[in-house]
Amino acid sequence: QDLSLPNGTPVDTSSPASSSSLLNRLQLDDDLDVETRDLFVTVDDPKKHVCTMETYITYRVTTKTTRAEFDLPEYSVRRRYQDFDWLRNKLEESQPTHLIPPLPEKFVVKGVVDRFSEEFVETRRKALDKFLKRVTDHPVLSFNEHFNVFLTAKDLNAYKKQGMALLSKMGESVKYVTGGYKLRSRPLEFAAIGDYLDTFSLKLGTIDRIAQRIIKEQLEYLVELREYGPVYSTWGGLEVELSEPLEGVSACIGNCCTALEELSEDMTEDFLPVLREYILYAESMKNVLKKRDQVQAEYEAKLEAVALKREDRPKV
Amino acid sequence: MESTEPEPSGSRPEEEEEEEEEEEEEEEDDGALPPPEQPLAAMEDCLAKKMEITVSEAEKRTGRNAMNIQETYTAYLIETRAVESQSEGQCAPVESLWRRYSEFELLRNYLSVTYPHIVVPPLPEKRLSADNMDPDFVERRRIGLENFLLRVASHPVLCQDKIFYAFLMQEGGWKEMVNETGFQLKADSRLKALNATFRVKNPDKRFTELKHYSDELQSVISHLLRVRARVADRLYGVYKVHGNYGRVFSEWSAIEKEMGDGLQSAGHHMDVYAASIDDILEEEEHYADQLKEYLFYAEALRAVCRKHELMQYDLEMAAQDLTSKKQQCEELATGTVRTFSLKGMTSKLFGQETPEQREAKIKVLEEQIQEGEEQLKSKNLEGRDFVKSAWADIERFKEQKNHDLKEALISYAVMQISMCKKGIQVWTNAKECFSKM
Repeated sequence: QDLSLPNGTPVDTSSPASSSSLLNRLQLDDDLDVETRDLFVTVDDPKKHVCTMETYITYRVTTKTTRAEFDLPEYSVRRRYQDFDWLRNKLEESQPTHLIPPLPEKFVVKGVVDRFSEEFVETRRKALDKFLKRVTDHPVLSFNEHFNVFLTAKDLNAYKKQGMALLSKMGESVKYVTGGYKLRSRPLEFAAIGDYLDTFSLKLGTIDRIAQRIIKEQLEYLVELREYGPVYSTWGGLEVELSEPLEGVSACIGNCCTALEELSEDMTEDFLPVLREYILYAESMKNVLKKRDQVQAEYEAKLEAVALKREDRPKV
Repeated sequence: MESTEPEPSGSRPEEEEEEEEEEEEEEEDDGALPPPEQPLAAMEDCLAKKMEITVSEAEKRTGRNAMNIQETYTAYLIETRAVESQSEGQCAPVESLWRRYSEFELLRNYLSVTYPHIVVPPLPEKRLSADNMDPDFVERRRIGLENFLLRVASHPVLCQDKIFYAFLMQEGGWKEMVNETGFQLKADSRLKALNATFRVKNPDKRFTELKHYSDELQSVISHLLRVRARVADRLYGVYKVHGNYGRVFSEWSAIEKEMGDGLQSAGHHMDVYAASIDDILEEEEHYADQLKEYLFYAEALRAVCRKHELMQYDLEMAAQDLTSKKQQCEELATGTVRTFSLKGMTSKLFGQETPEQREAKIKVLEEQIQEGEEQLKSKNLEGRDFVKSAWADIERFKEQKNHDLKEALISYAVMQISMCKKGIQVWTNAKECFSKM
């Protein structure tokens, strides 16, 4: 396929440079000099709250800063997932051309997973921490007023209610346009990104499933190994000369079991979340593209309207 | 029980000395139950050292069986070649003949009956539930049969057996030869009933313990083999799923620019990883077969214990019978009835016998007692010889078992290490691919 942009430059349908550079902007830059940073945010200390209506978890968000935009040098507030979700939506609304880092999944689809288990809460905490750090390191997003409020306000709900009444102009018009107009075509470069993202998230999804399957198989293997080791021990009990070697084999198998357990844990805690994060990233990007499509649709609608009006004019 | 000078039991065959030329080996002596003073064939004189024995091929055959029904079976080629002494330097010709599994079974039955005090090497499994024609099964059986022959050929007593030698060298007429030995008459049908219990009043503690050990050994090895098979299945699953990575990395690499090569190479390594499990499990089957051999050996060990039990039981029965006959004799002679007996009562009720009748009875009994005492003596001797020879072979077996199992465990460990190293290599390679992306 030999595609080219309107200005003549050829389009690459594989890994468009634009998408990887977008991703690069959002990656944590490890080489960033600590001294040049003036804003530090941490998410920790999850706590369970039991109320009449519901039970939920809050996390402590600690901020340390020297920025003028902040009244105090230090803040410590409690936020729940809803609050993070709200923040993200606000960021998307107010900076639609920027790619907002993803949040961990809102709903736990598995059904079997315990929302309040230590593992789940910890995984979520890590993801929320990463999210805020990414926003913190973003040269534009970190100065967003909603972000500031999120980090500092004692009562976030009051602020939220205030904001609900005012819809950003952009958001409104976007919602208005989705009503009728069909998009003519995406410009090539965006089409290429779109295709890439579709395949990319598909492949990552497959890798996620494969990894989960491997973990499952490993755990089943572990079950059998746990029965295998002790049999050598039993045998060793019957023997005289062979007693030591057999016990040795039993102990080795025991060590293998421990190692395998660790491996499965590490895969679950370190590998899978990263895959899921990038799937969410891809989703975010697709949403950005959709918004772009909507803007284009609106623009084209307006062009048509103008063309029609022009036609009418001579008749008048 | 009185005992006169020990008489040799009548079951020992004549000693022979054979001198054979050319490729055949020299036999020192021939005996089913060698007298304890004579040495057994030393390791250097075992048939295994003088002759190369292999079961080199397996072939499907069709033929008509005893009931004139056509059947398919597998025949195995046994090849033998005398090992020349180094001074000669020339290779002796290979002799060969074909045998089927049932003939091996016949050989083993013959050996078990003829040498009841020996732990006779086991044959590979009789029948796989699925298919005797399955090539993997046939291959493993071929190896097992070869192993059986080598075990027998390295046994100090068994290797000198004529029937065994004929099995290796003489294709025609071997079956008739075996049947002519009349060994089937010696086979005790009581032992066939595996769980037949005959209560022995004074069991030999050592044999009881040994029987218990062989039961436990069988149980633990069966369990081990079962779990090992399950472990292997699961491991197979883990490895094979990694193959899916190979495919998806390949597909993914197609849409990537900078990462494309790295992903493609990494995917290849995943494929290698997934494929490696087949060889690994193949090797592990060899380990399983080694364990299986000792599972069946445990059965052979148990059989020796059972034979001893049976011997002991016969002995006790014979002693009991003798005692009661002596008692009867005494009663008749003295006219007193010491213990209540129906005979005594009836004779009291229906009148005594005439002195002549009584005399006749006493004479018969005395003859029987004489016979009985002789039999008891020989049985006692037989028993003692059995215990001595059996215990010698059991010690030999124990050493063999410890040695073989140690070797098996070592090679199993080596196998595992190699498998892990291969795994590490694959992942190291993959990691390199990823870091170069």
